[in-house]
Amino acid sequence: MSVRLAVAGPRCPATAGFPSTVEVDEVNEPILELRGVNKSFGPVHVLHDVDLAVRAGEVTALVGDNGAGKSTLVKCIAGIHPIDSGEVLFGGEPVQIHNPRDAAALGIEVVYQDLALADNLDIVQNMFLGRERRRHGVLDEASMELDARKTLASLSVRTVKSVRTPVASLSGGQRQTVAIAKAVLWDSKVVLLDEPTAALGVAQTRQVLDLVRRLAEQGLGVVLISHNMNDVFEVADRIATLYLGRLAAEVVTKEVTNSQIVELITTGRSGDLGLARPEAAAV
Amino acid sequence: MTDTSTKANSAAVSASAVADFGIDTTSLSTREAVGDYVSRLRGGQLGALPALLGLVVLIVVFTALSGNFLTLNNIANLFAQGAGQTIIAMGIVPVLLLGEIDLSAGTASGVAASVMALHLKLHGNMLGAMGPGVFYGFVIGSLVAVALCALLRIWVGAALSAVVTVILLAGFPDNPWVEIILAVCVGTVIGALTGALVSKIRIPAFVVTLALFIGWYGLILQLVGADGTIPVGGSETLFQVANGNLDTTGSWVLFVLFGGGYAAVVLFRHFARLRHGLVAQPTTLVAIKAGGVLVLGALATALLNLNRSQNAGTVIQGVPYVVPIILVLLVAGTFVLDRTSYGRHVYAVGGNREAARRAGVKVDKIRMSVFVICSSVAAIGAIVYTSKIGAVDGNSGNGNTLLFAVGAAVIGGTSLFGGRGRLRDAVVGGLVLATVQNGLGLLGYQSATVNMVTCLVLLVAAAVDALSRRRAAVAS
Repeated sequence: MSVRLAVAGPRCPATAGFPSTVEVDEVNEPILELRGVNKSFGPVHVLHDVDLAVRAGEVTALVGDNGAGKSTLVKCIAGIHPIDSGEVLFGGEPVQIHNPRDAAALGIEVVYQDLALADNLDIVQNMFLGRERRRHGVLDEASMELDARKTLASLSVRTVKSVRTPVASLSGGQRQTVAIAKAVLWDSKVVLLDEPTAALGVAQTRQVLDLVRRLAEQGLGVVLISHNMNDVFEVADRIATLYLGRLAAEVVTKEVTNSQIVELITTGRSGDLGLARPEAAAV
Repeated sequence: MTDTSTKANSAAVSASAVADFGIDTTSLSTREAVGDYVSRLRGGQLGALPALLGLVVLIVVFTALSGNFLTLNNIANLFAQGAGQTIIAMGIVPVLLLGEIDLSAGTASGVAASVMALHLKLHGNMLGAMGPGVFYGFVIGSLVAVALCALLRIWVGAALSAVVTVILLAGFPDNPWVEIILAVCVGTVIGALTGALVSKIRIPAFVVTLALFIGWYGLILQLVGADGTIPVGGSETLFQVANGNLDTTGSWVLFVLFGGGYAAVVLFRHFARLRHGLVAQPTTLVAIKAGGVLVLGALATALLNLNRSQNAGTVIQGVPYVVPIILVLLVAGTFVLDRTSYGRHVYAVGGNREAARRAGVKVDKIRMSVFVICSSVAAIGAIVYTSKIGAVDGNSGNGNTLLFAVGAAVIGGTSLFGGRGRLRDAVVGGLVLATVQNGLGLLGYQSATVNMVTCLVLLVAAAVDALSRRRAAVAS
């Protein structure tokens, strides 16, 4: 289904000849770039010199086994954890992200795995939570409701009965949709999605994946964390694999196979791709 | 739900106009709206409906059993009796909305009442009234509260706390308005201390307020001293708060302000929503709602403006002062909770604290501020019940005060788990409890029976809440 969405998109590889990883993409400069990012929690070194590039109009999948550092990486980008060392470039400029507000100010939005929505509020209230619009000191419900509806419509969300429905009465897929729509409401440039299809049914996963593709088509840089290889191969333009806190490889989806990625996830290398052999690394 | 049916179109249709949005219905017909409401009731979202039905049942039962119940005199009296605990219940609603509890609101209100009464009794000489130890304790406490409020940027709380410092140190002569302001601000100071312990030191609210409940009780005993009671009947103004009435003109002005204001706001907002093409109720329903409030308000005002004195020589008429006091609190509080981003954040923190934090809501500030509100409003409740009793004694605000207030909020439909509830729940619940107490009192039952019946009412309310919640869980 999403094949129809892939036409003539940035996925069409001008990048086709490049083998892998951090080669500069002349067609599409990264909107967000991490260089040599390190992060430790006490004695635990979670991220080792991670380089990652997120390009506008593309979906970059971030894969890796449990504990590989995916969520930590996302939280570093989102400003929840400050990085220990390394560089973050946004639109080519070096930036400092100290807290979630800094990230939001740059246009980086995160959709969390555990659905950061308040059940007792309705869709509009959730989408504008923390950034309510006010007129004369009073909430401007009219403009918020209209914009929420416009955003949902622009994402072709058609399953929600009313934007005034309390989130508690939505299905898992609808909630995820609202969470994603919330992230794009703010003229975001980069959206990070942490396991958006975990715990969703087949039809709902379909909805969310379509939505992820649509985000990229609107010119956003999308980072998708997922354990599901089918999802990744379906929507991602590039796949970045983390292995024990190191970036094993960043590859173009079309050039790799499912089993190569699985190998990268489990052993950190696959043929020519991935980390150098441990013997070599030890020297 | 609708996934399967919409899956097909979402695959077929790409971009779409705003008007095309889903199957969003912005305006419903009256029939649809009523059907919607019924299905929501069936789904378990009952709101204040059970409490209102219970209130009607109670009124019918007591009217049948006692000829005195549905008399104008008794109804006015019922308002005055229930006002104190109803106001404390309104104060505690924001705390319950966060899923927290404030066990100390009752005794905190007692402390506020004691300070007020002492100020009156000793003509503003608080140093002499309290003794140096307690006096400087209060001054330091108020300064700490100012600092804590400023730290969390709760400027209103900081200003009100500073008022306590000023009044204590400046030694204003006794004046009922100074005493009323002092009492409210003492409530603010207490709330700031409670809130800081909960939100900054992160002691569970139950433990903090349990400790403070005991502590404030001790402080009341200390303030009241050996005499055991401090009368406040000496001040005409303080006496009138719970016992006086508006004159007939004032009563009608009150009706025009609140009844007319309500109708105007509801209709204006409704047509504004229609104009902007937003989700709106059908016009007929809105008109019925506004008209109903107007008619009931006019009826109540007209009845309360009749002479209800049982002695031929005196005239008692007009709306009791407690009614405008509660209405002002209700309107102001509902406005803050529904129409400001502060109120939105209170609901959000109560619904999902982590989500609110990630959305940039200052959770610590919100958590502290609800305790400030709770104690300040409880102090207003204390002024009312002290006026009704005519004195402060060692048991003011102790015992059942707080538990009845929480009970009132829960009976009205506020959830103890946070996120669900409205200010009017407390008013409806407070009316239910006041009706039980008043009606059983008229029938000659002692507090033994009153307490047991109150227990039943509370259990029924909690059971309705739990069952409706289960239905709601099944429905979604």
